[in-house]
Amino acid sequence: MTAPGAAGSAGEWWGTEDVCVRFGGTLALDHVWFRAEPGRVSAVVGGDGAGRTTLLRCLAGALAPGSGRVRRPAPLATGYLSAGSGVYPDLSVTENLAFRATAYQIPPEQARERSGELLARAGLDRVGDRLAGQLSGGMRQKLGVIAAMLHRPDLLVLDEPTTGVDPVSRADLWWLIARAAAGGAAVVLATSYLDEAERAQDVLVLDAGAVLASGTAEQIVAAMPGTLTVAGERPAGEAGRCAWRREGRGRGWDPAAAPDSTGAVAPDLQDAVTVAILARELALAPAGEESR
Amino acid sequence: MWAMIVKEFRQLRRDRRTLAMMIVMPVVLLIVFGYAASFDVTTIPTVAAGPEAGQVAHLAGEPFHVVDTQPSQGRDWAEQQLRDGNAAVAVVTGSGRPQVLIDGSQLFTAKAAIAELSAAAAKAAVKGAAAGGQASRPGSQPQPVVTVLYNPDLNTSDIMIPGLAGVVLVFVGTIITSLGVVRERQSGTLEQLAVMPLKPRDVFLGKIVPYFAVAALDLAIVVGVGVGLFGVPFRGSLAVFALGALLFLFVTLGIGVLISSVSENQGQAIQLAFMVTLPQVLLSGLIFPLSSIAVGVRWISYLLPLTYFNEISRGVMLRAEPLSSLWQPFVFLALLGAIVFTLASLRFRAFLAPAAPRGGAGSARGAQKVTSAAGAPSRSAG
Repeated sequence: MTAPGAAGSAGEWWGTEDVCVRFGGTLALDHVWFRAEPGRVSAVVGGDGAGRTTLLRCLAGALAPGSGRVRRPAPLATGYLSAGSGVYPDLSVTENLAFRATAYQIPPEQARERSGELLARAGLDRVGDRLAGQLSGGMRQKLGVIAAMLHRPDLLVLDEPTTGVDPVSRADLWWLIARAAAGGAAVVLATSYLDEAERAQDVLVLDAGAVLASGTAEQIVAAMPGTLTVAGERPAGEAGRCAWRREGRGRGWDPAAAPDSTGAVAPDLQDAVTVAILARELALAPAGEESR
Repeated sequence: MWAMIVKEFRQLRRDRRTLAMMIVMPVVLLIVFGYAASFDVTTIPTVAAGPEAGQVAHLAGEPFHVVDTQPSQGRDWAEQQLRDGNAAVAVVTGSGRPQVLIDGSQLFTAKAAIAELSAAAAKAAVKGAAAGGQASRPGSQPQPVVTVLYNPDLNTSDIMIPGLAGVVLVFVGTIITSLGVVRERQSGTLEQLAVMPLKPRDVFLGKIVPYFAVAALDLAIVVGVGVGLFGVPFRGSLAVFALGALLFLFVTLGIGVLISSVSENQGQAIQLAFMVTLPQVLLSGLIFPLSSIAVGVRWISYLLPLTYFNEISRGVMLRAEPLSSLWQPFVFLALLGAIVFTLASLRFRAFLAPAAPRGGAGSARGAQKVTSAAGAPSRSAG
């Protein structure tokens, strides 16, 4: 995944070019350029209403963009996990996978073998006969991801696969995701967890449908403007607009200060994303118009 | 409690369809069904055959309405008119006492005809007695011989079960099918289907074929039980009946899919399916004779597929009507099927196509720009 204009021409890639999507009066995607490459995991992050799901739906072919261009493989080579688990609650685990295998034209023997392998690794091999509706949320999500990657897609699109899932199941899910990427798929996932996004090779930060930052987590952190400081309390007034609490401690951002100024701390991806969103808000509503 | 009341009203206000169902529909249904709910038979289509057919036409009073007279024809022609549904009563004149043939498959009409004939006979007897105490003296009007055909005992089950077979098909075809597609939407699996390498036609047929099979099995059971347990006759061709049922099923399944595609959830689908099913039960001639339904409402009956299936099932089972005399209901069912199925498949196709957001700048242009990468097969090819 690269920034606009930086896309190389070599190699196959999937993504969007200058895509806009509007729902009524709301611009859900605002000229979004996005590139996902085979063998890499790309995380799409952003706050509520940032446009993550809309972007993923465009990529998967579930939503037509208002303008721009979407590059995606044929449906046979695309795997998609929608915002829910996307599995049939009144079918058993194996029946769900059998349906997917047939729909994606996987030979039965091959489908059985791959299903068995993925189910075993995800800890679902003992619940093969259980109805999907009777699985826990985490198990259902794992089943959804397995179903989406069963046919070894070239592009695997996962909308919040780990949301509401316990840490053990999250680890299982990440194993599945890494496995898909290792198999050559371009994996695009939306997530609310920035610590998870750091595990991805590429990150796209969206806010109100617009791209705020893109690149590797390190590139995004390095590109963060201004200085980050740790403070005891959130300052009042204008300074409070550039301050927030994280893990019980206050953090402040000074857009104008140099990175090596006194009290500066090294930011991580979570800080960089928060700063990117703050910077956009400040640009939209300059000081004095609104307090955060 | 107050908080709950306010919340419920707010939710209700936003659920326009339910609100309309609760306020407008009862009034509409009351008016429509008020005009339809009538067992009173005011007109009995009658034909007359034989040398005195013209005289019958002249003498027949209300409610008998002579629609055809054939002085050169006899009983065979008269029976054929009843079998083909052209008349409910046929009078055959000639040597001896006139014969009145009544179509027992039109239960209420038949009962009304028998009542009228009995009243006329009683009146004639009183008149005869007053004139000399001999009702059958030479020169007096001979009393007709009344024969009820197709349902001689005027059994209600004989006419209800062929119609109920249609109701079962409406129930399975419309109500159950309407839940099938909307359940996909509610469970979030519809979007998965939309991006899968399945053609809309395959998904559409894949959705309805199981319901089709179940409905066909239901039909076989209902007819089997009707014949075996209730002794309902099956006099006509099984093939003609099956063809009619096939056409009717296509219509009802199409309606089910159509309802499903315009409903947001299963509750709405049930509401709509109920609104489509109820008029079919009440206005199709299953319960109330079509001729008893007020003209202003009767036209609705002719838009309902069950009306035509009733004609076919009763015609085949009770009167052994051949395909040639049932061509009208077959044509109307086929026409309804073509319209409903086309609409349903178009809606379904749109349902599965990538959603185009409304109001987007250049949305039509943009929709065409959703492409696969060079060298990759297109969606339709996949």
